[in-house]
Amino acid sequence: MTTPYQQQSQAPIPPQSPPQSPPQSPPQGPPQAAPPMPPQAPHQTNPYQAAPHHHAPHHHTQPPQPPHQQMPSGPPSQPYAGVGPYTSPIPVRRTSLGNALASEWTKIKSVRSTIWTLGVMVALVIGIGLLVAATTADSDYDTVPTTLPGFFGTLLGQLCVVTLGVLVITSEYSTGMIRTTLTACPQRSRVLTAKALVFFALSFTSTTVALVLVAYASMGMHSGPAVAEPTGDQILGATVGAGLYVSLLGLLSLAVGAILRHSAGAITTMLGVMLLPSILPAFLMMSDSLRDLGSKMLEYSSPQSLASLFQIDDGLNNGWPQLSVLAGITAAAMVAAYALLEKRDV
Amino acid sequence: MIEAVGLTKRYGAKTAVYNLSFQVRPGAVTGFLGPNGSGKSTTMRMILGLDEPTAGHVTVGGYPFGKLPNAPRQVGALLDAKAVHGGRSARQHLLCLAQLSGIPARRVDEVLGVVGLQNAARKRSKGFSLGMGQRLGIAAALLGDPQVLLFDEPVNGLDPEGILWVRNFMKQLASEGRTVFVSSHLMSEMALTADHLIVIGRGQLLADMNVKDFISYNSADFARVRTPEGDPGQREKLTAALSEAGGQVLPEQDGALRVTGLPLPRISDLAHKADVRLWELSPHQASLEEAYMRMTQGAVDYRSTIDERAALQQPQQPVPGAVPQGAPYGYAPGAQGQPVGFPPGTVLPGYAEPPAPPRQPHAPGGAMPSAPAAPAPPAAPATSAPAAAAAAMPPTAPPAAPAAPPAQPPAAPPAPADLTKSDTEDAR
Repeated sequence: MTTPYQQQSQAPIPPQSPPQSPPQSPPQGPPQAAPPMPPQAPHQTNPYQAAPHHHAPHHHTQPPQPPHQQMPSGPPSQPYAGVGPYTSPIPVRRTSLGNALASEWTKIKSVRSTIWTLGVMVALVIGIGLLVAATTADSDYDTVPTTLPGFFGTLLGQLCVVTLGVLVITSEYSTGMIRTTLTACPQRSRVLTAKALVFFALSFTSTTVALVLVAYASMGMHSGPAVAEPTGDQILGATVGAGLYVSLLGLLSLAVGAILRHSAGAITTMLGVMLLPSILPAFLMMSDSLRDLGSKMLEYSSPQSLASLFQIDDGLNNGWPQLSVLAGITAAAMVAAYALLEKRDV
Repeated sequence: MIEAVGLTKRYGAKTAVYNLSFQVRPGAVTGFLGPNGSGKSTTMRMILGLDEPTAGHVTVGGYPFGKLPNAPRQVGALLDAKAVHGGRSARQHLLCLAQLSGIPARRVDEVLGVVGLQNAARKRSKGFSLGMGQRLGIAAALLGDPQVLLFDEPVNGLDPEGILWVRNFMKQLASEGRTVFVSSHLMSEMALTADHLIVIGRGQLLADMNVKDFISYNSADFARVRTPEGDPGQREKLTAALSEAGGQVLPEQDGALRVTGLPLPRISDLAHKADVRLWELSPHQASLEEAYMRMTQGAVDYRSTIDERAALQQPQQPVPGAVPQGAPYGYAPGAQGQPVGFPPGTVLPGYAEPPAPPRQPHAPGGAMPSAPAAPAPPAAPATSAPAAAAAAMPPTAPPAAPAAPPAQPPAAPPAPADLTKSDTEDAR
């Protein structure tokens, strides 16, 4: 028979107690007969060791384990009917961000919506990109780099990433799963960090891989003496830059979802964030005093930012300022999301 | 061990829980009772750190929930069976929870076996029945082999086999020395499962005592006495004799007498002395349900009334669809002093007519019972007479454990025999 937790038993977390010679006695009888262990000295700094529990030995051939910290039992309680308070025979270890990351990875890959949204995104970027690359002639790339075809699919694909970013968090709220999650992990910030990291890594990887594929396919299709090779900067902007932009947009959606805790509300907000900077300038441009603001807004709108990253026009900057502005906004939204998650009742 | 001290939770102007203090101790199943909206779930959420108390604090095993180094290994909870993502399979759902606390995947299959869901493990939980959802929730609570277990309405939607299983399972968990805290509306179920009761009404503690005490304090055990039919003289003679001896005698519908305040042998003696023959002399023990009804009737927020279907009858007024004035629509408070669910005037067998409770604080005729605007004082007028009496009763709460020095090992840990037993039970 093996214990369900043997992995942990074999690789116990850093024993927080000072090295004590492990009791060498084989499986003993009732715990009362256990060799007297020195009571945990008060010099230990870990607050959870206030109430020492002696690990009830029960397993057969396991190597003698260093004394584990059992769950805190708090003030000794008076049990009913002479039953001692239950102590799990399996040592309790502290959890870390790594556990939360594994959990979020399981969560994100075990629902169909993730697979579908990301699948559609990748299909859009690659499909439209290759279509554009295949239907354009070498002469079309006189003024633009040959990495351009990825741009069109990305414009659409970013919507999928935004939706997924929102759903990753709001689906927990709409189903009530968040209560289960936060009961299993009361360290709320850790849950949000794990979600953000897993989602960002997943969306960044998938968009960038799709964009790299399109970029190099297009460069392969349109090469020759008549066509200028895209510069390293242009390739970087069209692949990693655009991937970063889209996944940051997704992360912003996740933060907005965590703040609003409502799928439809968060998706609508994100659509506003993406569309308004393209629409508003049309009105702002009518007034002389607001013209500058309008053009700045247009420059930093999401389609224009992507256009800059893809170097669609010589007059545009390389897109990295837009990227850093988005990163700043996302960071601010994440800070707000953390603060609200810690503060609000679930 | 769960310990709440002065727990209070306000949502805006509504006070959901007020000054709640209690202890839930290991080794017993503690039932958590109260009418709808009395604050049970809010209390559970505060224990689990999901809601921040407005005042007071609650600890599990001596620590606030959020400070536990690995919460699922110490506390397992079933709050809401539907609190799962429907698109995820049962196994994946449990797996992500297991990973969150570093529990290996093998344990997931193990608990799926324990609750009997192994055949549905790969199905998406969207298609689960309520009972299957409850089983999944119980499995999640068991994942970490925790010392403390909280269940909110665990038998909701379970079939009789499932109810029996949950009942025995909780008792078994408690017998292993775990702390088991169960809320339920099903009194008959609680009477069979719980050893100890914590009853709240309108967010305040009404009782904290073991089940037997609760029943005897909050119900009137009485004797049914029947004298020979067709001889009202005998009946009157006995009534007079019993009243004289200090008993309270109430006639029942079928002609029997309901006697309280006198033990059975004394009734028999008195009858003998008065030369009255008895056809029946039987003890009647109140059930937990009756005791509960008596205690909480003043604290019921949502009271049902009979449906008079007045709005469906020929409209008296030309305005179509208008609700006739005074129609029992919405949550208009019904007849006072009647237990929930029974039309006024119904005489319930075995239900002792309680002293008329004071007027409910919400205005009659209001569409909704207004929430208590401010936290009522501990012995609020909202609670009916017996309830108030119970609240004021000498605290039957078991004596608080003396704060023994932590160096002293707490009571003997479970014997190894217990552990192997629990292992095999789990592995079943």
